[in-house]
Amino acid sequence: MPKMNLSHFEAAFLFSLFVSIVLGVVTKRTDRERFQYGVYTFVCFLVALFGLGWLMFFGHR
Amino acid sequence: MATEKQEKQPVPPVSAWAPAVALGWLIPGGGHLLLKRTGRGWLLMAAITSMFLCGLMMGGAMFTPQTGDLLTTLINTGGFIGDLCSGILYLLSVWLGYNQPDMAGHVHDYGTKFLVTAGLLNLLAMVDVYEIAARRKE
Repeated sequence: MPKMNLSHFEAAFLFSLFVSIVLGVVTKRTDRERFQYGVYTFVCFLVALFGLGWLMFFGHR
Repeated sequence: MATEKQEKQPVPPVSAWAPAVALGWLIPGGGHLLLKRTGRGWLLMAAITSMFLCGLMMGGAMFTPQTGDLLTTLINTGGFIGDLCSGILYLLSVWLGYNQPDMAGHVHDYGTKFLVTAGLLNLLAMVDVYEIAARRKE
């Protein structure tokens, strides 16, 4: 089994991507709504990721 | 005033949804494919399988049910159920001897979360399959 050695950002990015795809597919009723919801969820994940990252950076100084 | 009672939806017969839900558990996305939702089925299969494989390649640990104090029971049994929800992915990896001990380090930790989350996402997909088979959703 090949090994993956990811940084926090890369792992959280992949996590966000996979979860957003599934949430987009299972939650809404039309393809357009599904796509929009998937993108919305992914953007929310990224905003939270960068927001918490900066928060921890300033909290650590 | 909104005093209307919500109409109770009739419970569909087990034979209408059980095969699709069972296939959805065994093969992520399989239930959607059985119900001819091919695009969504392949997307689910790709996302859930990729997440599970990433978890394996990161050296994530599989949970085994353990009893003890409440938190230990909750985490280990809940994690085990999450792992088990991945269906054939979990079964194959266990049968082929995947046995990664729980180790310190952020990559292993992410791997463990990826494995459990893949199962939980498959659970969501199974609920979606049930709703489609019960004709509550397209």
